[in-house]
Amino acid sequence: MDSKLLTVSPSPHIHQEQTISRIMYDVIFAMLPAFAFSIYVFGLGALMVTLIAVLSAVLFEYLITKHLLKREPDILDGSAVVTGMLLAFNVPSNLPWWLIVLGSFVAIGIGKMSFGGLGNNPFNPALVGRVFLLISFPVQMTTWPAPFESRMSLTDVVTGATPLGFIKDGLKNGESLVDLMQDVPGHLDFLLGMQPGSMGEISGLLLIFGFLFLVFRKVITWHIPVIVIGTMFVFSGLLWLGNPDRFVDPLFHILTGGALLGAIFMATDYVTSPMTIRGVVIYSMGIGIITILVRVFGAYPEGISFAILIMNAFVPLLNKYFKPSRFGEKVKNG
Amino acid sequence: MFIFNKLKTFPKGGIHPPEAKISADKPIERLPLPANVKIPISQHIGVPAVPVVERGEFVKTGQIIAKTGGFVSANIHAPATGKIAKISEEMDISGYRRMTVMIRVDKEEQWVDGIDTTDELITEISLSKDQILEKILQGGIVGMGGATFPSHIKLNVPRGKKADVLIINGAECEPYLTSDHQLMLEKSEELMVGVKILMKALDVKKAIIGIENNKKDAIDKLSKLSEKYNEIEVVALKVQYPQGGEKQLIKALINREVPSGKLPIDVGTVVHNVGTTYAVYEAVQKNKPLIERVITVTGKSVKNPGNFIARLGTPVSTLIDAAGGLPEDTGKVISGGPMMGKALNDLEISVTKGTSGILILPEKESTRSKSKVCIRCSKCVSTCPMGLEPFYLMTVVQRGMNDEAEQNRILDCIECGSCAYICPSNRELLDYIRLGKATVSNLIRERQSA
Repeated sequence: MDSKLLTVSPSPHIHQEQTISRIMYDVIFAMLPAFAFSIYVFGLGALMVTLIAVLSAVLFEYLITKHLLKREPDILDGSAVVTGMLLAFNVPSNLPWWLIVLGSFVAIGIGKMSFGGLGNNPFNPALVGRVFLLISFPVQMTTWPAPFESRMSLTDVVTGATPLGFIKDGLKNGESLVDLMQDVPGHLDFLLGMQPGSMGEISGLLLIFGFLFLVFRKVITWHIPVIVIGTMFVFSGLLWLGNPDRFVDPLFHILTGGALLGAIFMATDYVTSPMTIRGVVIYSMGIGIITILVRVFGAYPEGISFAILIMNAFVPLLNKYFKPSRFGEKVKNG
Repeated sequence: MFIFNKLKTFPKGGIHPPEAKISADKPIERLPLPANVKIPISQHIGVPAVPVVERGEFVKTGQIIAKTGGFVSANIHAPATGKIAKISEEMDISGYRRMTVMIRVDKEEQWVDGIDTTDELITEISLSKDQILEKILQGGIVGMGGATFPSHIKLNVPRGKKADVLIINGAECEPYLTSDHQLMLEKSEELMVGVKILMKALDVKKAIIGIENNKKDAIDKLSKLSEKYNEIEVVALKVQYPQGGEKQLIKALINREVPSGKLPIDVGTVVHNVGTTYAVYEAVQKNKPLIERVITVTGKSVKNPGNFIARLGTPVSTLIDAAGGLPEDTGKVISGGPMMGKALNDLEISVTKGTSGILILPEKESTRSKSKVCIRCSKCVSTCPMGLEPFYLMTVVQRGMNDEAEQNRILDCIECGSCAYICPSNRELLDYIRLGKATVSNLIRERQSA
C-alpha cells in the first residue's frame, strides 16, 4: 500500500448539506411569489423599493464589515439580501428612495453590525429599520398606494388607508363597526391580496405558500408562525365574541396588516428567536397577544413589528430560564 | 381516522443521515490468515491485560496471551498460531500507544484443545449460570458495538439491583455499517441461543431484540425464529440515528429513562450488542474465545464493499485489499461508522475487538467545510437526543466556564455527533464538548479526592 497521506479529524465525518447561504437563499425564494404579486399590484414602485433596499443593505454590510469591523465581508451568505428584502416588504411601495436607504442603514448598521454582525444582533434588523422609519417619518410610512391604481408611476399615486387603519380611525370617530365593515373588501379579497398595505404584506395566500416552502425545506419549523397566528386568532376571537359591535372578527385580524408576513418571515428569524421549544411557545404567544393589544387598544393600527421587537428583547431571558427537558431528568428516585 | 403502525423510537432529537448501506446484501466472507498479527493487550475499556507470554514463545490459536489486569479488564487470546516475534509499544487503532504482541503466523493452524471449530449448531445450554459467567470472562468477551466494555461486568449484577429484561442491540444505526445486519441473517439461530445464554446468566425471563426497520429481512428471519424461542421478542425500530445508543434504545423499547449518571441496570435492564451475543454463544457453546469478528469494509468508491470475518490483529490494509484495494480518490479511512468512528493515519494498524467496520471516504468528503458564526438556528438543541444545548456548551467550554458546563450536564453527552452533523454553520460543536467533558471529569475527580 502506498504512503498516501490520509486526512485525520474527530467524528462526525459526514455533514448534512444545509448551509447558512442555502438557508438564506431558501428564504429569498420563499418571498419571491409575494414579491411578484406586489409588482403586479403596485407596479414599478414595488420593484424600485426592493432594489434600493437590497442594494443599500448589501452595500452597508460590505462597507461596515470591511472598514469598521475590519473583517472579510461575507455578503454572499445572503443574509443582507434577506434583511433588505424584508425591509422593502415592510414599507409602502411609494416610499422616497432616500428614506429606504436611511432605513437600510439603520437596519444593517445599527440593527445588525453594531452588535457584531450576523448571529449577534438581539433585534430583527429589518424591523429595527422599519420601526425607525415609522416613528421618524409617520406620514410617508403610512401613505399607502391603492392596488392597481397607479402602477406605472413612481410619484403621483392614488392612496388609501389600510383596512386596519380605516377601521381604527372610523371607530375613533364614533362610527359603527357594522357600517365600517361594509366599506372594506371581504375576507377573500384580503387573502388574495386586494388591499392597500406595505409592499410585501398584502397577499396572505402567497405568504402561506412561502411558509409551506420553508417548512418543507426544513428552514423553519411550524411552531412560531402557527402559535403567533393561533394566539392572535384566539385572543381577538375572545374580544369579538365578547362585543362584536366593538371588535373586528379574528379572521380580519389575521388576513390584514403584517400578521402573516411578521409571523412567517420575521418572528422566525433564527438569531432573534428562542433556542428551546418552551421558549418558542412563550415568545410566540407574547407576539400574538401584544400585536392584538396594540391593534385594538394602542395608538397604532398595526402592532406586529412592535410585538416582535418587544419579544426579541425577552429572548436572552427565555433562553436562560427555559432549558430543554433533559434526557433522564424526570426520573428522580433512580 | 387513519391508524398508523408507528415504529418504536426514542422521543427526543436524532437525525436521519443517508443510510448508505452499500454492503447490505454481501454474505460474510472469511479472510485468509495474514502473515503477521499484532494484538494490543488493551482492546477494551478499563485496565490493560497483563501479558503471560514471552518473545520467541510458540502459541496456538485460542491460547491466552494476556490475562485480565483487574476487575474492569478482559483476557486477550492468540488469534492465530505461531511464534511471538515481538512485544513492544505501538500505536493502536484508537490512536494510543499500547503494549502490542506480534505473532508471526504459521500456515499450519493448531487450535488449543477443547475448542469446537465446526459450524455445528448447539442449542442446548448445559452450563449453569456461574459456569456461563466464567466462560464469558475466560473468553475475553467485550462489547462489540464499539464501546468494548467487558461483558462479564455487565452480567455481574451488583447486589441490591435486579434486571428484569435483557435488551439486544441490533439497531446498527451508523450509516454504511452492515456487519451486525449480516450476522443476524447468517447466524440467526446461534444468536437466539446466545440470547438464551445471556438470559440465563442474568436470570431474566424476557429479552427484546431491537432492529432498525431498514433491515426488514433480519427482522423477519429473527421474528420467525422467535416463535420457537419464546420469551424473546423482536421489535422493529424507526430508522433514526442514534437509535443504537444504549439510553435511546432502552427508552425506545421499554420506555424507561436511564437517569443522568446512572447505568441501564438502575432501570432494570442490561444491553448487549448482537455481535457480542454471537461471541457469547461461541464462548459458551463452542468454548471458543473472542479471536475474530465480522467487519464491514465499505465506501462509495470501494470496488468490492463487503462483510468479512477476520482474525483480530489483521492489518486494516489486508481488509481493504480484500475489498478491492484502496480507491484512487481516498481521502480518509475510518475505523467504525461515519458518525462516531475514528479516522486512521496508518493502514498497517490492526483491527481489534471493537472494530465494526472500515469506511473509506473519498477526498472531497474528507475535509470539513469552513466553520462560520453561530446563527442561533437552534437545530443543535432540537437535534440533541440527550436534551442538551450544544451551542451553549461549546461557548462555555471556549470561555473556560467549567462550572456552567457541568451544571448544563456536559457529561450527559453521548458524543453521537448529531449536533455537529446538523449545524448549518459547520461549527466544531462536538470537538469542544469532548474537550469540556474531559476537563469537567478531571475537575470532578480532583474534587472527590480532595
